[in-house]
Amino acid sequence: MDNFARSFLLTEIVKGFLLTLKYMFFVPKVTINYPYEKGPISPRFRGEHALRRYPNGEERCIACKLCEAICPALAITIEAEPREDGSRRTTKYDIDMTKCIYCGLCQEACPVDAIVEGPNFEFATETREELYYNKQKLLDNGDRWEAQIASNIEADAPYR
Amino acid sequence: MPKITINDMEIEVEAGTNILQAAEQLGIEIPRFCYHDKLSVPANCRMCLVEVEGGPPKPVASCAMACGDGMVVKTESEMVKKARKGVMEMMLINHPLDCPVCDQGGECDLQDQAVAYGFDRSRYNESKRSVNNKDFGPLVGTVMTRCINCTRCVRFAEEIAGTPVLGQFNRGEDAEIGTFIGEILDTELSGNLVDICPVGALTSKPYKYSARSWELTKTETIDVHDALGSNIRIDSRGRALMRILPRLNDDINEEWIDDRTRYAYDGLAAGRIDEPYIRDKDSGKLRAATWDEAFSFIKNKLAGISGDNIAALAGDLVDVESMVAMKDMLASLGSTNIDCRTDGSLFNTDSRGSYLFNSTINGIDEADAIVLVGVDPRHEGTMVNARIRKNWLERKIPVSLIGQPVDLTYPYEHVGTSPQDLVKLVKEYAGKMEAKKPMMIIGSGVFAREDGHAIHAMLHDAAEKLGIITDSWNGFNILHSAASRVGGLDVGFVPTKGSEGFAEIIEGTKDGSVKALFLLGADEFNARVNIGWKCFVVYQGHHGDHGASRADVVLPSAAYTEKDGIYVNTEGRPQLARRAVSAPGQAKEDWAIIRAMSEHICSNPLPYNNLLELRDRIKKEWPIFKNIGSVTPAKWDGYTAKGKMAKDDFGLPVKNYYLNNPICRASKTMAECTEAFTSNEEQTEGKEEAA
Repeated sequence: MDNFARSFLLTEIVKGFLLTLKYMFFVPKVTINYPYEKGPISPRFRGEHALRRYPNGEERCIACKLCEAICPALAITIEAEPREDGSRRTTKYDIDMTKCIYCGLCQEACPVDAIVEGPNFEFATETREELYYNKQKLLDNGDRWEAQIASNIEADAPYR
Repeated sequence: MPKITINDMEIEVEAGTNILQAAEQLGIEIPRFCYHDKLSVPANCRMCLVEVEGGPPKPVASCAMACGDGMVVKTESEMVKKARKGVMEMMLINHPLDCPVCDQGGECDLQDQAVAYGFDRSRYNESKRSVNNKDFGPLVGTVMTRCINCTRCVRFAEEIAGTPVLGQFNRGEDAEIGTFIGEILDTELSGNLVDICPVGALTSKPYKYSARSWELTKTETIDVHDALGSNIRIDSRGRALMRILPRLNDDINEEWIDDRTRYAYDGLAAGRIDEPYIRDKDSGKLRAATWDEAFSFIKNKLAGISGDNIAALAGDLVDVESMVAMKDMLASLGSTNIDCRTDGSLFNTDSRGSYLFNSTINGIDEADAIVLVGVDPRHEGTMVNARIRKNWLERKIPVSLIGQPVDLTYPYEHVGTSPQDLVKLVKEYAGKMEAKKPMMIIGSGVFAREDGHAIHAMLHDAAEKLGIITDSWNGFNILHSAASRVGGLDVGFVPTKGSEGFAEIIEGTKDGSVKALFLLGADEFNARVNIGWKCFVVYQGHHGDHGASRADVVLPSAAYTEKDGIYVNTEGRPQLARRAVSAPGQAKEDWAIIRAMSEHICSNPLPYNNLLELRDRIKKEWPIFKNIGSVTPAKWDGYTAKGKMAKDDFGLPVKNYYLNNPICRASKTMAECTEAFTSNEEQTEGKEEAA
């Protein structure tokens, strides 16, 4: 009987509409207007790679090749040479972003916090070739994101 | 023979063995920094501390404590662990945290042992000391702040290299290693300092920052810069050769190699021939060509030349397989005009015992008197010189030298400079030698003159009269300076009766009796000056050096790091060289080039299609090649020759140690060494040779 009445009076449909109406007017919305709005991300978020510099402009990377050694996807290629002033520097620092699995082991291995995975996740490209990053591209990334990377590292520091 | 118990394991060792060695025999690892198998024991790092039960109530340095009968040793007790941790912490107090930029990182004793035996953090907050870097020459870089004062380098320089110019200065925290004022580290063994340094204080300058140890591919092979066939390991990354290290072989080089072996590798990347060239008829210049073009050019040129007008010369860096292939090809063309002695030396090649280092290099350790004849072992076979020095250091054996006086790092009696002086010496000492195992080491340079045969006969006579040859001992040793020489002599790459040798071939190119000449890597004589202009010259080799500059056709071949091949060292020990990297451009292995060429110019191509078939052919005819890596002792035959000895002084074959083959001459590092280590006079000599 109940069943019969319910199906006849379309109570489920009414309930459904009510729910819709409730979310339409009375519950705060959860969708965001991407790309004009973006969701919050953790300081530990592992996005696009960047090579950082010291505040005086000197690049941090010392070509120790630990990131290259630990990379499980073999995405990093480094070549090193003494620079004119005798310090150890890379002449080539390439990351194949199509190989990268964003595990973050490179930034864990880095003894000078040079290679980091920054907060940027919007780096889709039209061709594969654009995803073969070289040293200049990575350093530019570092310059662009430095403020946010630095604050992320600081925020995460107490937990390390 | 004391019996000793280490960690509840019993072992009987020879008297005089120390605890560290005994533990090693049991397979127990005791950490150490200053102790080294081949050096004296200073016991100053204190890392090898162990507990001896019933002994003093403190840990004992196991490297300096001889095993006593009934000793009970513990290497893993609480006391030992605490002591090691303490020593490690003290050592790390002043050691900088350089590991990421240090070339030793990844293969560092201090790094490994700090992980295994040290604390996981530092308790030291005061300032660390820093030490000024020192100048150790163009090969060894220094970062002295990293030094832990183990003094291995000081002992190496004093004991093995024989250049006691290193020392430890000041005391306490100010202690540092350096050279004595006004002294330079002038030794051919300086590269070994890098190997024995347990930290990154001494590093290789040419290798600086170029690679990490874990990314290198290791290939075990042998060296060809001298005739000793030192065992080496080639570290390569991709197609690039990154460095060369010694490999332990107590029969030849122990665990050292000389600087030319270690550092000439950058010459393999410079001045290479990477495609075939043909000399253009009109311009007289070499122009690039394809292999087919080059071969058909040779075929056209050889048409109408009869077999006796063709000759071949093999250079100093050629493997046995190539020489056999070349010999076979010339035989099928109808020629036996071949020679591998491009220094123009003449000696008896019929009896193997006449041209080998018969006592073997290990035999030097047993010798109780040494006569050096026209030889500079320090520059012709550095490892042989190190052995003689080792024997002299242990037993102060008498050494005499007949020939040019040179600095050998140990004292010797200079008897004279000419062959007649040796004859006099023999007259004086014949039958009166006290030594049981006397040894005569003869440089290959003494035969590089017209009366070579007469000198060889005289040396045979001298050896027999001085008691150098007995039933159980053969101390008649010829120290060759070319890696290919003994191999070439063993496979008969020498003229047979009636055919022409080096001098006649060169003469023949001028008077027209040699119309075509094959140079198999022959770069040791000035081809442009010596070869007649009418002669058609085919050069195959890896560097644009003397041979290529005169050649009408240049064929690119692989260097010793780029091919598999057999080399026979001066003892007569055949050894395998292995391919570590690939040859540049279109370069091919020498034997393969000859095999391909034979298809064009011979009526029947050579009957082997791969290296194994060629080696089978070699083993069939010369059984000594069945024993790769070991010496087949040679019979001693008498030798007499007609002709008189001239009174000329003995010469030396190695004019400039750092520039004596095409690989060295192309090497930038070797040029720097020439600048740094040799006198102006020697430099101009070397340059003239290279010009």
